[in-house]
Amino acid sequence: MTEIVATTPGLYPLPDWAKDDLSDLKGHQKGDLISGDEGGEIAAAYDEARAEVIERQQDAGLDRVVEGQLRWDDMLAHPLTVHDSVETGGIVRYYDNNNFCRDPVVEGDLSADGGDVAAELDAAAELVEEGLQAVLPGPYTLADLATDEHYGDDAAFLDAVADFLGSEVDAFPDVETLLLLEPSLVENAPGDGVDERASEAIDAVASAADAEVVVQTYWGALEEKVHAHLLDADIDAVGYDFVSDHEQTLYNINEYGTKDDISLSVVDGQNTLVETPAEIRERIEWVTEETTNDFDTVYASANTELFYLPVNKFEAKLDALADAADLEEVHA
Amino acid sequence: MTDTREQFRPEDHPNDHFLMTTVVGSYPKPKWHNRARELFEDEDSEFDVDNWEEAKDDAARLITKEHERAGVDVVTDGEMRRNEMVEYFAHRIDGYDFNGRVKVWGHNYFDKPSVVDEVEYDEQWLVEEFEFTDDVADAPVKVPITGPYTLASWSFNEVYDDEEQLTYALADLVNEEIDALVEAGARYIQIDEPALATTPDDHAIVGEALERIVDDVPEDVRLGLHVCYGDYSRIYPEILDYPVEEYDLELANGDYEQLDVFKDDEFTEDFAMGVVDVHTAEIESVEEIKDNIKKGLEVVPPERLTVSPDCGVKLLPREIAYGKMENMVKAAREVEAELDAGEIDVVAGDAATADD
Repeated sequence: MTEIVATTPGLYPLPDWAKDDLSDLKGHQKGDLISGDEGGEIAAAYDEARAEVIERQQDAGLDRVVEGQLRWDDMLAHPLTVHDSVETGGIVRYYDNNNFCRDPVVEGDLSADGGDVAAELDAAAELVEEGLQAVLPGPYTLADLATDEHYGDDAAFLDAVADFLGSEVDAFPDVETLLLLEPSLVENAPGDGVDERASEAIDAVASAADAEVVVQTYWGALEEKVHAHLLDADIDAVGYDFVSDHEQTLYNINEYGTKDDISLSVVDGQNTLVETPAEIRERIEWVTEETTNDFDTVYASANTELFYLPVNKFEAKLDALADAADLEEVHA
Repeated sequence: MTDTREQFRPEDHPNDHFLMTTVVGSYPKPKWHNRARELFEDEDSEFDVDNWEEAKDDAARLITKEHERAGVDVVTDGEMRRNEMVEYFAHRIDGYDFNGRVKVWGHNYFDKPSVVDEVEYDEQWLVEEFEFTDDVADAPVKVPITGPYTLASWSFNEVYDDEEQLTYALADLVNEEIDALVEAGARYIQIDEPALATTPDDHAIVGEALERIVDDVPEDVRLGLHVCYGDYSRIYPEILDYPVEEYDLELANGDYEQLDVFKDDEFTEDFAMGVVDVHTAEIESVEEIKDNIKKGLEVVPPERLTVSPDCGVKLLPREIAYGKMENMVKAAREVEAELDAGEIDVVAGDAATADD
């Protein structure tokens, strides 16, 4: 019997009051963004916003609850931009979006450093009794978003980023699931040799986790070789973007197989059109019918981070995902 | 092709050469104007719609004249009536809806609209703005208008099959607006497509959209395209096939690192080059700007060079924005005089002088 688990990839939009309060408290320039040592009113505002988005997920009835990553001003580059060995450079485009983040320039050893993400999860853990899900950028994506001025070698840099993420995971409280977001595996696909190293780096981060590990890929389908290598990593599920490219994604699964569990991105994280629970459920069942696998767990999620959405549509999508998982099976 | 530039040469222009100076569009709003908007949006305030209209008229009058005072040849009203380059238009197009702010970066947000129904032309977008500015201005007026590709890319598309289809639907509306602007007397229209820099692979879509936009536009109307903050090698020289005469490009911000892109293939249209950086709060000296203008002369001859800031100057302090424009005009006039005197012999495309 397949269990459907409703979840999200995190990186939520700030509640509108927090957009106002935090921009007043922090400012609008690049030097005003999160450095990891904030306190006082800024920390209090984030605490309040975190509690709000956690409660909202619980009200919606999601099976996994994320911390929300509301502090991640630099989106997936965040774990590096707050690192002591990293200088933040100019504002750079964040993938092919009308979004920008600071360029994390790595200038020293990426040693274990304070556990910024672990601290967020500690705060979340106090509010979540079960189903807490950690979110991190995958090592290939984080290395891709950064500029290395210290290691001088792509392979060594990727390993260092993986070790650093592993040390973050070591410091985590108990979590049910660890989600590694790896859009760069699609957007800037690793070539020969690098694809294998990317898989090993993911494996290294996953092995640090005492939780189910899901690696979510998005903005299209993986290249076949990248997909094949990804399956070599000791992870529990791959997340596939059925919103952007369902045909090639289905081909990849049927041609190369996948893990015993699977994560299906069936809600569009970058469009305000809200999917109904029935539509979401139909998309899930379409995949299970078109594949021969007998999945233990099917995670149902959105394909991208959710900060792209205005708050009302973001919340409607949380509700739709949770409701879809609870629906009785619908048969065409 | 009809020469659409000469009509903008001022009668009292002091030099034989004419390096047309203009702006990309936006200008810092006076503080009182922002305060007026706050009052208008405050439900508890008695500041009503008539007061707000008066404030916009006053600001437009003031900033149009501020451009003229700086000596700019072709002016705008600094977009005093517009809040943002997508929102402003989306509010006027049937089929758009607003849900709330989304992040661009850090704590900078915009009210990204959603297309929830087929887009249709409703009320005028810019005709009243143009008529007012043209009435106030002694100088000729340029009308910047956000292009359909950017309007589509920077919206949520809930209705059309893909962004391309939405772009073409919006292009038909932009065409309708440009027809109305031309009818009202506009002779210089700049289509802003910053989103092209985000997704350069879509340059063919922008080209097809422009073909729809320029349909039926008379030959004496000058059409420009503004693109900024991108990797131009991914769109040039392909964009030269677009049905516009002038390309306005940001280059000062990157310290002209990309200038060679435009020299490798001959720049066959008019080149409106950014000569001041809109992301630094220091006013460039006249000498520095003259050097920048001369870089433009490595790309096109003087009769095809337009001089402008990199982009809209609205994020700068107002006195800095003014200072940049004033120095930009001084620099252009001095370079013209040097050209007249034969002191500058770097002429693009002329093999005889390319050896110095």
